[in-house]
Amino acid sequence: MARAQIWLGLCLLVSIIGYLFLDAVGSWAFILTFRATKLAAMLLVGVSLAVATVLFQTITANRILTPSVMGFDALYAFALSSMVFTLGAAGYDAIPQPLLFAANLTLMSGLGLLLFMALLAGGRGDILKMVLTGIVLGILIRSVTGFIQRLIDPSDFQTVQVASFARFTFVEPVLLGMAAAVVIPALVLAWRMRFRLDVLALGPEAATGLGEMPKRGQKQALLLICLLVGAATALSGPMSSGFSGPSNFFGLIVTALAHLLIKSERHATLLPAAAMIAGIVLVGGQTVMERVLHLSTPLPVVIELIGGALFLFLLLRRRAV
Amino acid sequence: MISIRNVSHAIHGSPILHDISLDLPRGGVTALIGPNGAGKSTLLSLIARLDKLQAGAITVDELEVGKAADRVLAQHLAIMPQSLTVSARLRVGELVMMGRYPWHQGRPGAQDREIITAALEKFALEPLRDRFLDALSGGQRQRALVAMAYAQGTDYLLLDEPLNNLDIAASRHLMGLLREMAEREGKSIVIVLHDINYAAAFADRIVVMSGGRIAADGAPDEIVTDGLLREVFDTNAEVRLIDGKPVVLV
Repeated sequence: MARAQIWLGLCLLVSIIGYLFLDAVGSWAFILTFRATKLAAMLLVGVSLAVATVLFQTITANRILTPSVMGFDALYAFALSSMVFTLGAAGYDAIPQPLLFAANLTLMSGLGLLLFMALLAGGRGDILKMVLTGIVLGILIRSVTGFIQRLIDPSDFQTVQVASFARFTFVEPVLLGMAAAVVIPALVLAWRMRFRLDVLALGPEAATGLGEMPKRGQKQALLLICLLVGAATALSGPMSSGFSGPSNFFGLIVTALAHLLIKSERHATLLPAAAMIAGIVLVGGQTVMERVLHLSTPLPVVIELIGGALFLFLLLRRRAV
Repeated sequence: MISIRNVSHAIHGSPILHDISLDLPRGGVTALIGPNGAGKSTLLSLIARLDKLQAGAITVDELEVGKAADRVLAQHLAIMPQSLTVSARLRVGELVMMGRYPWHQGRPGAQDREIITAALEKFALEPLRDRFLDALSGGQRQRALVAMAYAQGTDYLLLDEPLNNLDIAASRHLMGLLREMAEREGKSIVIVLHDINYAAAFADRIVVMSGGRIAADGAPDEIVTDGLLREVFDTNAEVRLIDGKPVVLV
């Protein structure tokens, strides 16, 4: 257990060093600052999504769900498309980045939270019903987005397309700071929930018996999930493939690997492991793609490919659903 | 003492419990029996705060359910869950340690470890300590769940139909363990049972529920009679006394 974590730490370190120092041409000072900013962004996004996925899987008691089934990326694409549609590509480009970021973050976290709370408040707070409703709403939002995109001027549509993929090519330090201001407190709170999450994972009945009321824990976890996913998506664009991706495979890969490597259900080991794997997949993946293979294929495309295969594998291997 | 005062409950508008008042004094095994839909499980889940109380009040010792702090209540009242979430892939030792959660809040100390070792020995789970729960038989699994509730160190233990899906050996073994916990350690055990014979053989007291009301309440030999089976369960089974204990001939 401890050994697996040391290996993960080493892999992450190698990925980071490889990313920072491999294949550098030109002034070191410039390259390092430029790369360090991107690196920080990737780590921030990766860790946020990993932790959010672990929390989501724990409170839904389902290993193949990720928060994006609730349509977070759909919301992002919707906001993007409607802004480009109403303002035009030029108008959209004229919006100051920090403002755009803040708007995206508020929209995604806020609407996500509203959706969760509204669905949980009704009846006995059936979490499965909430997830299913979220999926259907995600489909609705995607369809509306698709409709808007058909109305957009084809040349403006280019802007939408470019902004729809997760990108780490250029990150404003200001945005990074804004995201960190949301993500880091959320991560601290998630870490402080680690023992309670172990209890919640036993199921509502057992958790109640142990004095951990499931509904309160679920609400707190959902709040953290909204903040983490909202900040990560606003910083990088959606991590799944643009418009049609039904599932956030990145979170799925990361948590599946974490469960595979860490033979423990304890969140005290699971959360850091998932976070480190997220860093390795993003930073290591980017290093291999950019520096070793010299490919310009966006990393999410590869993640989708591997994630799709893994998703099928998990579905077929599961004995009980 | 668990005291239930004027508790009524309705689910989706249809009344399940009608103005129930009942005292369950400390110590002994109390079995809740009754036909399907009598409200036994609902009453138990209200005591266990799995469902929210709609009318009336329930107190466990001095703690009022719904008002007392959840952690404090969990130090007095344990529930043996009917099932765990499928994805909870735990080892037996880890599960039993979870029972100590109301005390250690995630950071077990030496005392907790001692209690766990004692609980594992008591329930003959020591050899299975590092086994995953999904690699256990039904009987072993139930035993692990009781061991977890036992490790919680509470005076009261609630169980909702723990004998479901257990064979006769596992059922008798489990009931024997509960009996022993009540006798040797003075625990108060409240258990919902389907099988009247198990209730008559292992309980000190039987509370019969019917149509959301308490139909009868007393020692097994007073309660389990031909008349009860006819009136409450609507079946003509014969009851014989064997070694002073009533047995229903099925």
